[in-house]
Amino acid sequence: MPTIDLEVTSLRDFNQMLHDLSEGTNDTYFRVLNPRGRHAIAAGVDAPVSIEIDGNVGYYCAGMNKRANIVINGSAGVGLAENMMSGRVHVKGDASASAGATGCGGLLVIDGNASSRCGISARGIDIVVKGSVGHMSAFMAQAGTLVVLGDAGDALGDSLYEARLFVRGTVNSLGADCIEKPLGDEYKKTLGKLLEGAGLDGQVDPSEFRRYGSARQLYHFHMDNLEAY
Amino acid sequence: MCGIVGLFLKNKALEPQLGKMMSDMLATMCDRGPDSAGFAVYGSGDSGHVKLTVRAMSPNFDFASLASRLSEAVGSSVAVDVRESHGIFTVPEDAEQTARKTIEAIGDDVRIVGSGTRMEIYKEVGRPDAVAKRFHLDQMAGSHGIAHTRMATESAVTTDGAHPFSTGRDQCLVHNGSLSNHNALRRQLKRHGLSFETDNDTEVAAGYLTWRISQGDSLGDALKHSLDDLDGFYTFVVGTEDGFGVLRDPIACKPAVMAETDDYVAFGSEYRALAGLPGIEKAQVWEPKPATVYFWERH
Repeated sequence: MPTIDLEVTSLRDFNQMLHDLSEGTNDTYFRVLNPRGRHAIAAGVDAPVSIEIDGNVGYYCAGMNKRANIVINGSAGVGLAENMMSGRVHVKGDASASAGATGCGGLLVIDGNASSRCGISARGIDIVVKGSVGHMSAFMAQAGTLVVLGDAGDALGDSLYEARLFVRGTVNSLGADCIEKPLGDEYKKTLGKLLEGAGLDGQVDPSEFRRYGSARQLYHFHMDNLEAY
Repeated sequence: MCGIVGLFLKNKALEPQLGKMMSDMLATMCDRGPDSAGFAVYGSGDSGHVKLTVRAMSPNFDFASLASRLSEAVGSSVAVDVRESHGIFTVPEDAEQTARKTIEAIGDDVRIVGSGTRMEIYKEVGRPDAVAKRFHLDQMAGSHGIAHTRMATESAVTTDGAHPFSTGRDQCLVHNGSLSNHNALRRQLKRHGLSFETDNDTEVAAGYLTWRISQGDSLGDALKHSLDDLDGFYTFVVGTEDGFGVLRDPIACKPAVMAETDDYVAFGSEYRALAGLPGIEKAQVWEPKPATVYFWERH
């Protein structure tokens, strides 16, 4: 159970240590002290290990994560879990802009609020935000799910492809080509599973959410939309 | 890219340490803006006098002889506090115009970069931590201050292009971002009688606020109007005699983090700038909302 103090060990050395982990390593739990807003902490991990960070992290924490379970006991800067492939990232505080951006898989859980552009260009990641999300969230999101227990800011799901959006609170405005869709039983089941994965099993009723998705009018070329291109 | 830090002390006991806290914050933002740096500190002052911050354009400028020339012009002894390339001249309030004329008569060797009862502005080209050291920021005391590290995008790397820009007495502005309509706006403001020293976009934003205030706006209203009239990306932090304000553009393109405790309100482009502040672990930390004017004032 290595404990890494980033005031002692350089961030580059620590990240290299994580990148060098071999299959079947005995070091399966890392505790990180004094992150002090440093950027790219635990970015690029590809190992089934747990990493717990005590404090606030800077940009791109847990970026490109594959298989690791990363917990942040604090808040995160821009681009948390950006381009995550698999695994789980859980921030106990707030997340800044572009949390989960371009993520391909895995689960991102944000206990607090997320700023603008949460899940921008998502490609398969599941994101559960227990607070609210800022403007332009799920912009151009292609696949995956964004679940928001609070409210969403302006232009939710602008230019959306096939990602699924569930919001329990109010939505300030929907972006271009994003519409509300019926919340059928299949979707309630999907939602229930995600809430369970986020540790909210039985605490939140999936039927309280509204579902939003693509109207599919923009993302194929259409002569009538020529002016918009 | 650029970096901004700001610190507003609620606890007077911390005032002697303002400069030290600010210089530590500024140093963390070096890699956001390694070109040049500047800062404004709101230190001591009295209501009967005005401090003029004068920057010499060449090394070895004789500030002492300018001080005696000013004393002669205004008819009383004018004190000067020299820090490297900058001199702070304290003149009687009613003699400010006379003093300005005397300084401007020297020509291109000096430039008045700001004035106010308490505000002093320092800026230079170079790595921000080195700039802070040259001016001994860490030894300055005050109630609040703002600072900037610059990565130039819109105009040349010069001291004139470094922030803060003065927007009026005891007022200044730092900016992270880039304005796209600054040329058109500069032409409009020139027609209203404003003059500009540089091609810099932030100087136009500062000029715009100065103009709005001259038209009767409060600083808060002037900032609100800038949401309509300025096009581009910006996080602004403005300093006033009593406090400081924050405004981000409507899409919050440029980063901003704030922290508040019983002792202070602090601003940083990134959390790293705040990580060394006392009691930060227990502070309330949040991101200012887009298109929202924030203000903290001394009471």
